[in-house]
Amino acid sequence: MSKAVRLRVFRGTGNDPTTFRYDTFDVPAEEGMVVLNAIHYVQSRLDSSLTARWNCKAGRCGSCAVEINGTPHLMCKTSLGMYDGEVTVEPMKAFPLIRDLVTDTTASRDTAGAIPPFTPRSVSKRPWLFYQGDVERSRELRKCIECFLCQDACHAIREHAADYIGPRWVAKAASFDMHPMDGSNRSKFLREEGGLEYCNVTKCCQEVCPEHIAITDDAIIPEKERVVDEHYDPLVWIYRKLKKRR
Amino acid sequence: MSGFRSKGHPGKGVATDDASYETMTADVLIVGSGGAGLRAAIESSDAGASTLVVCKTLLGKAHTVMAEGGIAAALGNVDPGDSWQVHLRDTIVEGQRLGNWRMAEILAKEAIDRVYELEEYGALFDRTAYGKIMQRPFGAHTYRRLCYIGDRTGLELIRTLQDQVFKRKIPVMDDVEVTSVFKDPATGRVSGAFGINIRTGGFLLFRCKAVIIATGGCGRVYEVTSNSYESTGDGAALAYRAGADLMDMEMIQFHPTGMISPAGVRGMLVTEAVRGEGGMLTNASGERFMEKYDPKRMELSARDVVARSIYTEMVEGRGSSNGGVYLDIRGRGADYIKKKLPSMYSQFLEFAGIDITKDRMEVAPTVHYQMGGIRVEPDSCRSTVPGLFAAGEAASGLHGANRLGGNSLADILVFGRRAGLAAAEYARTAQPGRVAEYDAGDEMARLLAPFKVKGGQNPFALKEKIASVMWKYVGIVRSGEGLAKGLEEMLAIAAESKNLEAKGGRTYNQSWVDSIQAWNMLLVCEAIIRSAIERKESRGAHTRSDYPDRDDAHWTVNVIVRRKGRGMGCEFMPVQKPPPELESLFRGG
Ligand SMILES: Cc1cc2nc3c(=O)[nH]c(=O)nc-3n(C[C@H](O)[C@H](O)[C@H](O)COP(=O)(O)OP(=O)(O)OC[C@H]3O[C@@H](n4cnc5c(N)ncnc54)[C@H](O)[C@@H]3O)c2cc1C
Ligand code: SF4
Ligand code: SF4
Repeated sequence: MSKAVRLRVFRGTGNDPTTFRYDTFDVPAEEGMVVLNAIHYVQSRLDSSLTARWNCKAGRCGSCAVEINGTPHLMCKTSLGMYDGEVTVEPMKAFPLIRDLVTDTTASRDTAGAIPPFTPRSVSKRPWLFYQGDVERSRELRKCIECFLCQDACHAIREHAADYIGPRWVAKAASFDMHPMDGSNRSKFLREEGGLEYCNVTKCCQEVCPEHIAITDDAIIPEKERVVDEHYDPLVWIYRKLKKRR
Repeated sequence: MSGFRSKGHPGKGVATDDASYETMTADVLIVGSGGAGLRAAIESSDAGASTLVVCKTLLGKAHTVMAEGGIAAALGNVDPGDSWQVHLRDTIVEGQRLGNWRMAEILAKEAIDRVYELEEYGALFDRTAYGKIMQRPFGAHTYRRLCYIGDRTGLELIRTLQDQVFKRKIPVMDDVEVTSVFKDPATGRVSGAFGINIRTGGFLLFRCKAVIIATGGCGRVYEVTSNSYESTGDGAALAYRAGADLMDMEMIQFHPTGMISPAGVRGMLVTEAVRGEGGMLTNASGERFMEKYDPKRMELSARDVVARSIYTEMVEGRGSSNGGVYLDIRGRGADYIKKKLPSMYSQFLEFAGIDITKDRMEVAPTVHYQMGGIRVEPDSCRSTVPGLFAAGEAASGLHGANRLGGNSLADILVFGRRAGLAAAEYARTAQPGRVAEYDAGDEMARLLAPFKVKGGQNPFALKEKIASVMWKYVGIVRSGEGLAKGLEEMLAIAAESKNLEAKGGRTYNQSWVDSIQAWNMLLVCEAIIRSAIERKESRGAHTRSDYPDRDDAHWTVNVIVRRKGRGMGCEFMPVQKPPPELESLFRGG
């Protein structure tokens, strides 16, 4: 196969627009080639100054998140066969640029640290007993590989960056809330510090999630309902806890 | 650029000849945020030591996140006959008697506590019908022993430990490549470490009393591997250069089943859980060939046995259309497969366009794990350099000549914790050492060299070259002749590597950081090849066509690699004999 793919790659460093440009590279196409393969080809054969973040190359770590033709994607999971003509690769726009395709996603770590942690309720029996059915709801949200593509896609973050923690972190809080042994409650956090009200349920986040997590349906909406219930009726909260405890 | 863009980092980076550094201080510096590093951090911090974690990719992305199958621990939840004694026996016997009995004993006993602890930290394990932690069968484990979280055990392990690190407010600096460990010239004890802040390109000096190396393995030195970008053997190279012993470096585990096509995903792991859940291996003519090699355990034989069997089918011309063998799980039915192996189902669908509920998978061996590494004292994870500790895949001794699936996640929790505890205890009484100014100066000169080269070697291409030499000469089956050739070529590449060129500025410069990693890889490859040349027998993962048999009379020894003058020397150390009450467990192995 001698067909070539033309990549158009964003280049630039930090907040210095004088360094911003697009470079074009022709890469020989191979059966089943993904965007990350093409980037590696560029690095080892055409231009070693190109920088991109990657790690597991298997869709498991969420490091290689970028925008491909304007849509958030993982480079390791995006086949070049999907596109006709030139393919544009750019860094995620919702995060500060470091260089080329690499952005800084670490600021949201403070958010992660602020979510009230998993706090086991006191039970006398050890080791814990609970059932497979109790596991599934939280489990789905735990598939998250922290690629932050959902944060990149979310317009509520773009408009209220300082006030809304974003879909990834709502899902994280929900994964704790849905843990069968958790004795804490994150509604207050999500309402007062999380800015959950800014989400208007557009579902853009769940559309881009490479793990196919139904972020809006299975985390955001249930948490929104809880926030409303409990904000207006604290008794609901107590009732829920008792129910969970069975 | 059009539209919205978040405000960037300062555009002006550090000058390419800037020889200044920022200083950070801690009692215990932990290099690596995989399972071993994070578990060590929790323990070190709980023991009262000021603790700093650094890692070269992002927190939460370490290689450990890829682990699928599970954690081995003899809970006996499914098979009540299981016990730490049986787990210990399996580990030593399947390690072909090369492993350290004491490490295996600690692992078998403590893995149980570590699993329950992880559950109380918040990890959500699969359950039995009675509500206990579920356990699945895995290759060469006598009983169903692997505790698992779907097929995302490693991811959940990392997230759970990460949350504990946040809870304790332990500082973590990511995007930091540690490049050297420093010793006090007067005492020979660890006094610090040096590194690069990859995001800014600036240098960092860490002043600390103890360093724990938890840098994982070196799979990336091979062309076909399941390992992630960061697995370049940095830890072994750092420790070796600081004067520590390396051990069992010839023992590289080939996982029997990696993907082979399309080319871009070659090497990607197909978890052993597929075989654990009933997957069958067949050759081109549909024969279930494991019947020939291990009729009793079949597909669930030890990894070295299954990998060699597949290799034999392939080289003897009975391979699949793409040159591997077939792995078939279709018999289990679509619902079962999607429930028990969801990641494998989507991995094949998304990366290869294959629906494993309807079609066979094609697989071939892939480099997976380093059994060797830094030599440590079993109880405390101390290396031979005072103040230097190692845990996890970077350390050696536990797995001998073959690691059992699931024993690594157990290893990183058990020995991560022990390393954290021992380092914190050591730091409590140790005096802070001195970092010689010339050490930092020499190190910066070494690190900045790739910026001075013009028209030099491309580091990415050089890394590929290293990996292809290893694949060609130091693979599943080795020979004295091939290894000698491999060594010669590796030393030639090492000579070329002085000419590596970093292109562009220092801000997140991958060509620069990869140059430094390439130097580490070369050192580790040399250690692997030299050890493989020395071991003139076949044992576990190390197969020599010119010495096809296991030779206990001469080779019940570990090969030690140590700095000798300006070169690399090998020595042999007899494997420690277990006390009689344990020896009786191993009879017949
Ligand atoms: C696909 C796959 C599946 C697996 N499945 C299983 C399984 O089911 N069960 C099991 O027991 N084992 C499994 N393993 C093996 C197991 O996952 C690893 O051996 C284990 O996770 C290693 O953990 P670690 O903490 O030692 O190191 P790692 O997780 O490799 O972490 C290394 C850390 O060190 C950092 N680092 C490296 N070099 C430097 C440097 N120079 N400076 C700063 N930081 C550095 C890295 O950034 C990283 O944070 C699997 C492995 C793979 C590849
Ligand atoms: S559903 Fe909410 S969180 Fe998701 S993208 Fe829309 S606004 Fe953002
Ligand atoms: S929820 Fe999905 S898109 Fe968002 S960070 Fe996690 S894996 Fe990525």
